[in-house]
Amino acid sequence: MDSILKLNNLTKKFGYLTAVKDLSFTINKGNVYGILGPNGSGKSTTLGIVLNVVNKTSGDFQWFDGKVSTHEALKKVGAIIERPNFYPYMTGSQNLKLVCKIKGVPYTKINKKLELVGLLERKDSKFATYSLGMKQRLAIASALLNDPEILILDEPTNGLDPQGIHQIREIIKQIAAKGTTILLASHLLDEVEKVCSHVVVLRKGEKLYSGRVDEMISSHGFFQLKCNNQEALLSFLKTNEAFGTIKVQDEFITAFLNEPLNSEELNRQLFKKGIVLTHLVQRKESLEEQFLKLTDKN
Amino acid sequence: MLRLLNLELQKLLLNRTSKILIFVSFILPFFVILLSSLKINVFGIFTLELGELGIFNFPIIWHLTTFFAAQFKFFFAIVVVSMIGNEYSNKTIKQNLIDGLSKKEFILSKFYTIVFFSLVSTVLIGLITLCIGLYYSSFTELGIIIQEIEFLFAYFIKLIGFFSLCLFFGMLIKRSAFALAFLFILFILEWIIFGLITWKANADIAERIQGFFPLKSMYKLIDQPFQRIAMTKFPDKSDLAYDYAVHWHEYGVVILWTALFVFLSYRLLKKRDL
Repeated sequence: MDSILKLNNLTKKFGYLTAVKDLSFTINKGNVYGILGPNGSGKSTTLGIVLNVVNKTSGDFQWFDGKVSTHEALKKVGAIIERPNFYPYMTGSQNLKLVCKIKGVPYTKINKKLELVGLLERKDSKFATYSLGMKQRLAIASALLNDPEILILDEPTNGLDPQGIHQIREIIKQIAAKGTTILLASHLLDEVEKVCSHVVVLRKGEKLYSGRVDEMISSHGFFQLKCNNQEALLSFLKTNEAFGTIKVQDEFITAFLNEPLNSEELNRQLFKKGIVLTHLVQRKESLEEQFLKLTDKN
Repeated sequence: MLRLLNLELQKLLLNRTSKILIFVSFILPFFVILLSSLKINVFGIFTLELGELGIFNFPIIWHLTTFFAAQFKFFFAIVVVSMIGNEYSNKTIKQNLIDGLSKKEFILSKFYTIVFFSLVSTVLIGLITLCIGLYYSSFTELGIIIQEIEFLFAYFIKLIGFFSLCLFFGMLIKRSAFALAFLFILFILEWIIFGLITWKANADIAERIQGFFPLKSMYKLIDQPFQRIAMTKFPDKSDLAYDYAVHWHEYGVVILWTALFVFLSYRLLKKRDL
């Protein structure tokens, strides 16, 4: 698989504070990656380093297998960091024209991308007159101008109203559907869960997990059960090897699985034993629960 | 190179404030020189015509126009300082780098713009001087016209040097107003050091050392022309004589400062986390 970005033992220190510690991971073509972490976990610093605006302390990174210099590589990358930064006195399309000049892209792309983010009617208004949602959409249009190999988004929905968040998400989904590699930094878990296939979890600049989202939620899930004969059910669960931890909360029993077992099979086994359930729900742990488990350690 | 210049020109010319300042910094000296060359009738009492004084004769006119035009460089200095300050306050410097401009290209695009506007200014001043000179001068032989044309070149170098200093201060301080204040502080500082050396040694040594200071070295490229005009009026007064010529070592000092300022601006940007 083609590697787009490779980080090797990347470290960044701000004085005594280590913002990024010995970080290594690889971004491959075609996947949608999420970088997860609480505020101040080094997400933006990491992106800043690979985007040429923050100097690394040690370690290194390679764009496209190190075949081109960083600033040349960035012409094939689209990136939005935190807030949309444009010249307030220029109109939307003038700002994009400037980006075209930097990236060496023909101006014909401008209207196409503005249409994609729904800003075509406002392209001749000054950037200063845009709402935050519009500014963010202009930033996405700008990042897409060069039809990038990878789109990097740092907290793209930060500070937006629900409509704005929805619009941005729809745009991201559209782009992901076209097969563009995306790297999305966020602390909003449902955002990552909804669009990402892979995830890197950071805490205090250290990598806690990196891999597929569904493998991160690696447990086999759990059952929520209720039955009129609770004791019989409990003794069945305790003797069955498929179950690990069992919690009792009021009338509900939560049983965590050690191995895969579907609800139909469980129901059949119980029925054979003469235990009739009044409530049966099989669930997987959400990314949020898994994330909190990971970041809460220590 | 054209790409970088084009980039910066778009940033400048779409901004109304900098557009006005650029216009003022080029057109104002142009008009001041043009007006001063006209015959002005003061309330019908007498006519003032500076041309009659012989100051618009070749070759002295080169000296005079470049000296006065250089006083207007401050307007464009504001543009230079604010073109850095704006990039920082809008955070567009960060976005430019993310979009794939290298830090070197960023500084170069600013420097090329400085060279470009200095060149435009030099050409404009050259043309107007030539026109006024040809109109007033008693000598119009080519040999005399191109005599002392090096003042024009000195003007060009002087502008580039001064604006590079502004570029450096802009990069160092990131805020336009403070950068301009620093320019003023540097001016005072140079005089304080001059005073200290005069006090510790003597005025002669102090003056020589002062010639290497950034602002003074730029100023000294084109010495004030008043004494020279006086000289032409009273040729027998030898104590008025002074060295007004542009020397190679004076170019050298200013070019060295220019290179240093541009290099330091680059180093500053390279080291900085944005």
